[in-house]
Amino acid sequence: MSWSTLAFAQVSQAVVNGTAREVVTVARGIAQAGGGETTALVWGPGGAAEAGRELVGFGADKVYCCELPGLEWRQPDLAAVTVAKLIKEVGYRVVVFPSTARGADVAARTAALLSAPMASNVVSWELVDDTLEVVRPVFAGRATATVRLSGGPVLITVRSNVFSPRPAQGAGVVETMAVEASSAEGRRGVRVTGFEEGRRDRLSVGEAPIVVSGGRGLGGPENWGLIEDLAEALGPDAALGASRAVVDAGWRPHDEQVGQTGKTVSPNLYIAVGISGAIQHLAGMRTSKRIVAINRDPRAPIFGVADYGVVGDVFEVLPALTEAVREVREGG
Amino acid sequence: MNVIACIKRVPDSAARIRPAADGKSINAAGVKFVTSPFDELALEEALRQRDEAGEGTVTAISVGPPECADILRSALALGADEAVLLSRGEEHRLDPVMAAGALAEEIRECAFDLVLTGKQAIDDEGGQAPALLAEALGVPFAPAAVALTVEDGRAVARREVEGGLEILEFDLPAVVSVDKGINLPRYPNLKGIMAAKRKPLEVKEAAGRSTGRLELVALEEPPPKGAGRILGEGPDAARELAHVLREEESLI
Repeated sequence: MSWSTLAFAQVSQAVVNGTAREVVTVARGIAQAGGGETTALVWGPGGAAEAGRELVGFGADKVYCCELPGLEWRQPDLAAVTVAKLIKEVGYRVVVFPSTARGADVAARTAALLSAPMASNVVSWELVDDTLEVVRPVFAGRATATVRLSGGPVLITVRSNVFSPRPAQGAGVVETMAVEASSAEGRRGVRVTGFEEGRRDRLSVGEAPIVVSGGRGLGGPENWGLIEDLAEALGPDAALGASRAVVDAGWRPHDEQVGQTGKTVSPNLYIAVGISGAIQHLAGMRTSKRIVAINRDPRAPIFGVADYGVVGDVFEVLPALTEAVREVREGG
Repeated sequence: MNVIACIKRVPDSAARIRPAADGKSINAAGVKFVTSPFDELALEEALRQRDEAGEGTVTAISVGPPECADILRSALALGADEAVLLSRGEEHRLDPVMAAGALAEEIRECAFDLVLTGKQAIDDEGGQAPALLAEALGVPFAPAAVALTVEDGRAVARREVEGGLEILEFDLPAVVSVDKGINLPRYPNLKGIMAAKRKPLEVKEAAGRSTGRLELVALEEPPPKGAGRILGEGPDAARELAHVLREEESLI
């Protein structure tokens, strides 16, 4: 069986997001290591075709574009049935999904439909004895599991921001694929009937390249302006995060929570402000590329995972940092 | 409404995880085990849905070693009507196919309207079991619900996705996995703990086999992280930090 791979590249508009490039990069890497072709399935609303052409530049030999109107692209059963059918027809050995909420959902449904083995949140892979071996963090990053997925097809979701997108020239055949909206009918499924847009002024914490998180050290919700100011100074790439303690106290909404029972994030830069670093918090952010800790207590466990630390009162340190960030960013 | 809550016994989130001598399981010595937090939310939602409907039962089910009886007794104390322990060793811990298979075999025999479980367990963190379970039962699957309402055999759930909230509608029976935000779990009280002693807790052999295509090769402690650089104290260190992030790291 050849190592042909399929990347499920979910797009929400014409713009290709980072995760779509990452899944194609991983699919391309595996296909090349094993000697096979890379295919990308671009799934989204209008604009998917444009997105597809961009993905050729990340090594896709073939791109199928599925543009679905209205809420159709949000239907998880339709996505899973379509992907499963394509996998069966073509016989891909490995299928790569993003570990976003939607990507992980479609992956799990597809794995269930095909009775195929699946590994979530993969952070590295290797071909060993003609078998795919992957590493994934488990127990909230307190252990890593090496898992062997044999036969085909096998499915993986890849953790966001771990695999850097690598430009590569694929053969680049872009085709539009018609999706029969009726193909998931007859199944007892769910129907997405609406979408409520969240805050658009900031990226969500799970996808942002920079995260500024606040904890109890901020003293109260009335002081969150300091966190927002720093995020503002860092630009549109920065999102807000929060510790479990402050979410449970009602200071911040639960969709900002980073940690074991919140979001797992791996941004390029994670700034923890007034967060002591309980294990359940470290679980959600320890794979970040660079971690900055700002805390009054030099013995706080957060310094144990930090690349850079500043000890001090957050009410003095934060304004100074925000100002300095503005200066260095404006200074070019 | 008959609701089934699938709950998993996992190491406490603060416990140190040390691999056992076999290199594939965890050393359980000194580790405190608890109900996986997302499954606590599932149990709470099951109790609320039953009470909202004004009729029916809540059955708590767990797959695992005999010690899982602990979390099932807690579930009974919180208000579940009955509990089932599908007994099996530790080998299922990181194998969602085995866990979902065992649950499906049991639940298939029950008259259920709703199966609730956490969006993922905090040990394996795979999040696959709910989808596998729904597929095995042939019912709709709504993932990671932060809100759930049921009326006349129809359900509406909300879930967080990138950019906002999606509204999902589906018919019962169904499998729903739940996410933080759906509710705040209650605490047990003495009356509940006493009442739990008279409630049934059935122990059965777990069915469900591994596909044999997902093999755990090794479970290891993550490599230790090198010591970070403390830039100093106060506002001066903050200014240095901004320069380091800009000049040395090109991150901002």
